[in-house]
Amino acid sequence: MRRGKDGGRRVAKAKAAEIGAERIGKSFGTFEALTDVNLTIGRGEFLTLLGPSGSGKTTFLMILAGFEAATRGRLTLDGQDMTQTPAEARAFGMVFQGYALFPHMTVEDNIAFPLKVQRRSAGDIKRRVTEMVEMVGLGGHGHKRPSALSGGQQQRVALARALAYDPPVLLLDEPFSALDKNLRGQMQDEVRRLHRDLGTTFVFVTHDQSEALALSSRVAIFNHGQLQQVAPSREVYERPANRFVAEFLGQINILPLGGVSAGASGTTATFEGQTLTMAAFLGAPTTSFALRPEYMSLHMVAPQDGNAIRAALLDLTYLGATTELALKTPGGTALSLSQPTASLPSSLTPGAEVWVSWAADRGLFL
Amino acid sequence: MPRLSRPALLLVPLLGFMVLTYLVPFLGVAAWSVTLPEPGLTQYQTALTDPLVLSVFLRTFRICLIVTFATICASYMITLLWVRGSRMQRLVIELCILIPFWISVLTRAFGWLALLSNKGILNTWAQNLGFLTEPLTLVRNEFGVIVGMVHFLIPFAAFPLASAMRAVDERVLLAARGMGASRTRVFAQVFVPMTAPGILGAALVVFVFALGFFVTPALLGGGRSVMAAELIYLRIFQSPNWGLGAAISVILMVAVGGLLALLMRQARPAGAR
Ligand SMILES: Nc1ncnc2c1ncn2[C@@H]1O[C@H](COP(=O)(O)OP(=O)(O)O)[C@@H](O)[C@H]1O
Ligand SMILES: [Mg+2]
Repeated sequence: MRRGKDGGRRVAKAKAAEIGAERIGKSFGTFEALTDVNLTIGRGEFLTLLGPSGSGKTTFLMILAGFEAATRGRLTLDGQDMTQTPAEARAFGMVFQGYALFPHMTVEDNIAFPLKVQRRSAGDIKRRVTEMVEMVGLGGHGHKRPSALSGGQQQRVALARALAYDPPVLLLDEPFSALDKNLRGQMQDEVRRLHRDLGTTFVFVTHDQSEALALSSRVAIFNHGQLQQVAPSREVYERPANRFVAEFLGQINILPLGGVSAGASGTTATFEGQTLTMAAFLGAPTTSFALRPEYMSLHMVAPQDGNAIRAALLDLTYLGATTELALKTPGGTALSLSQPTASLPSSLTPGAEVWVSWAADRGLFL
Repeated sequence: MPRLSRPALLLVPLLGFMVLTYLVPFLGVAAWSVTLPEPGLTQYQTALTDPLVLSVFLRTFRICLIVTFATICASYMITLLWVRGSRMQRLVIELCILIPFWISVLTRAFGWLALLSNKGILNTWAQNLGFLTEPLTLVRNEFGVIVGMVHFLIPFAAFPLASAMRAVDERVLLAARGMGASRTRVFAQVFVPMTAPGILGAALVVFVFALGFFVTPALLGGGRSVMAAELIYLRIFQSPNWGLGAAISVILMVAVGGLLALLMRQARPAGAR
């Protein structure tokens, strides 16, 4: 029976699994590494787990894989309970930061390993290995040992090995952290392409927020073993659920507000004597208003419309296409702005008195 | 000529000691082998043709092979538990490896005699309990020699095996299990091959050690299972033929040297990784 590339894709798509985690908890002695994690990972989804080091991402992944048992809670696979299912029966593909290749086997033997475990026919194994080697762009390297390959190539072998047997789920634990920036970008593109082509459910752990935002359809953010927010990339960035998420996903300015009053057309509040207006959909009014640096623009004179506040320029950091500006309001609130370098007057120097403005529909109450 | 760097000078006392206590006496022995009783290579000819000497060499080789195999098998299992077991298991194994390691080889050989001889603990109990009518001959034969040697050599294999096992990346094993491999398959096809350089290194160490064994075969073999080192002793002290004893010594030394060279070659790629 011949199985064309598309046939293979269809099979893989049909095998992609849905995973459910209900109130998962994990304790190491008295230390709670995970508390009440509820999460559904959809069939064929690309979810990243994002959080600072030590926030419990790896622990959660190990529980999904079956290498660690959860102390509390329940796991499901396509609706069926799998809490007690051993790792080898779940057979999810795994990719680790350190590649975890079999050093005593060639690239081809590494990729053939899971296929041999499944007792596929020799012809089938040979065909699949060749296909996978090509798929990750390692044609001609099949007979080499992992130690003869570069880091990026080794990680490609690990990907090919983990995907060769069409696992229902692929788990990746910071797979590209050891690679340099350019290579990391290439590998991210590659992983996205593999996900698109294969349709398997991907769960990708990272502590790098830009990697998480760039890669996945949804991001799950962890802190201190607790799930903070699960939402599409754009939503976690623009509408963070709490201050931790807002600050973890990149620079953000937080303005302390006074005299907050909600009306039908929006919210009004004061900041250092200036009246500000915010659109109604920016969340329930509080006294902390958050703004990303790129939502604000810089003016040398008071702008006519929109919200505007005065500030003194402390420092400029030239980054090529954009320039980062550090400012301080007369009341002492620090602000950070990111502006297209081309839009800035060349006479701008530290010490200048400037205005900062933003549209009423930008920002978020925290 | 490259000048000696200062740290290299620190090696001088050690080198001096080695030259004085090993190299000079060895050269002396080598000289006897070609001069006693008259100059020439007759002693080597005897050593390599005399049926008695050859049978001792053959027995030495056979015993060393069996001992190496048994030591590696036993050590591998013990070390596995030592490296990967629970905290309690580790402690127990550590004591079981280290305590015998610190006890003199002589004491341990006598211990085995007390345990295994015809009037020893094992035979007496087995007879009293009715399992045996006649005592089993467990010492003063090759079996006794092998038991004693394996027991002595286990720690020497355990240390290199442990370092090979500790170097195995846990995540490689997890990756294999994640791909659906059973624990047995992970062990046989991933863990054991990954520790193979350690196994080979440990086997060479054990084999080299076993070649020169004297006390254990002399006591537990009871003169019936003479190995090369005991034969040298007999030729030097009991039925003196210093030339022949010296020739056997040199042959043994060459064998050990060859194996050590192999060991170095083997250790280098593993160390470079
Ligand atoms: N086997 C373990 N024993 C004790 N504590 C552990 C163990 N594994 C992880 N931890 C702790 O659990 C927390 C979460 O770890 P981890 O899941 O590895 O975090 P992350 O992958 O997000 O960096 C850390 O504080 C870590 O020290
Ligand atoms: Mg981690």
